[in-house]
Amino acid sequence: MSHVRRVVITGAGTVNALGASVAETMAAMKEGRCGIGPLDFPDVDRLTIRIGAQIRDYDPEAHFNRQQIALYDRFTQFALLSAREALGQSGLSFSGALADRSGVILGNSGGGLGTLDDNYRTVYEEGKNRVHPFVVPKLMNNAAASQVSMEWNLRGPSFTVASACASSNHAMGQALLMIRSGLADVMVTGGSEAMLCFGGIKAWEGLRVMSKDACRPFSANRNGMVQGEGAAVYVFEDYEHARARGAEILAEVAGFSMTADAADIVMPSRQGAARAISGAMKDAGLNPEDVGYINAHGTGTAANDKVESAAVADAFGHHADRVMISSTKSMHGHIIGGTGAVELVAALMALNEGVIAPTIGYEEPDPECALDVVPNVAREAEVSAVLSNAFAFGGLNAVIALKKAP
Amino acid sequence: MAQDIEARIIGIIAEQAVLEPGDVSGDQTLEDLGIDSLGLVEVIFAIEEAFDISVPFNANDPTESEFDISSVRAIIDAVTGLVAEQKG
Repeated sequence: MSHVRRVVITGAGTVNALGASVAETMAAMKEGRCGIGPLDFPDVDRLTIRIGAQIRDYDPEAHFNRQQIALYDRFTQFALLSAREALGQSGLSFSGALADRSGVILGNSGGGLGTLDDNYRTVYEEGKNRVHPFVVPKLMNNAAASQVSMEWNLRGPSFTVASACASSNHAMGQALLMIRSGLADVMVTGGSEAMLCFGGIKAWEGLRVMSKDACRPFSANRNGMVQGEGAAVYVFEDYEHARARGAEILAEVAGFSMTADAADIVMPSRQGAARAISGAMKDAGLNPEDVGYINAHGTGTAANDKVESAAVADAFGHHADRVMISSTKSMHGHIIGGTGAVELVAALMALNEGVIAPTIGYEEPDPECALDVVPNVAREAEVSAVLSNAFAFGGLNAVIALKKAP
Repeated sequence: MAQDIEARIIGIIAEQAVLEPGDVSGDQTLEDLGIDSLGLVEVIFAIEEAFDISVPFNANDPTESEFDISSVRAIIDAVTGLVAEQKG
């Protein structure tokens, strides 16, 4: 077998309810700050679910000009801002051969739902027969990836991945494989979501899996998920390429695995999740005792947290009692197609700052979630390898393994 | 009125279970009728639409929701109460 290229992270960026940068987000995670609060958008009074981790005090005009705002849905804006931070940190610019060998793969589930919502209102509720000419290029799911490619002249493999709550983990997995296979040298990757609008929440209400009061992952009194919004974007780079230019390396993307439950459209499967967790460790050459921290999918629903705990126990064996696992969704909400990307911030924080983000809102132990969930308060710990789980509706699972920078 | 509610709920449950209304009885559970968690959410939606009421139900903890779904009879009683409360 030919030499498999190693892949490292050389830039990170995010915007979410906890902060407008990686540094702000990590600071909030260390404090255990909750970004969830009352939702604020038109017709919220017609919803039964009225909380979410909304990005407050966000001013598009501070970042984009009038023409850009006309073309960029909120999910695209979040992706562009995150990409600016990540690429700024990486120090890369793209021209010539490097531009052709660099691409962007982002995860996303709802596309421009806010744009869709606004324009449905225009034609159905207001009875108008004309919508803005840019509705389609604004709402299409690949708008964010395409706009990032244009802003940074990324001319290689680029597309959008949609696998509901696993979208951005799947996207980052594709970016890893793209570099490993030699099809690209640099990949800008992560995910973005902006589903906090009337139609977005109204649709979710129907399933009756959302909490009206709080996100309490792994707690016996948990009663559902709470949505958030935002994006995170990373620069994945061939290790030799990064080393040759003396780049600062944040972590190695050491392993990835994806599985399908092939079972149920909404109920998670212990086996499918366990296979994905084991697969990521195997791909990274890690044994369970090497892994110090898992960023859980941890949605705060009855079903997910129980099944995820069992899957971790299956995949980790005896070491399940020692590994730390936390759900940062308790702070930034469930960012659906962008959630795995935002959660990778907690994985980087564990590796590089020696701080494990807590599971906040934890009130009562649940015997069916008997793991060390780092309840309520962040913890200092040295870890050298971490996992980040994502298990989507539709039974599509994707787990990423990171190691400390080589 | 009460009988009308009962007949309509049995009709909704029977349709979800792909059974004749005559094959659905009050002592049966949704599980007995082969209705899974997604089917249950559909039944509740159909009840809300049929009676123009709001049913307090959270799928995360069906047994502790304010809405009793332990049997067909329990659902009929709960809906009867909700109709009286919300439409009375």
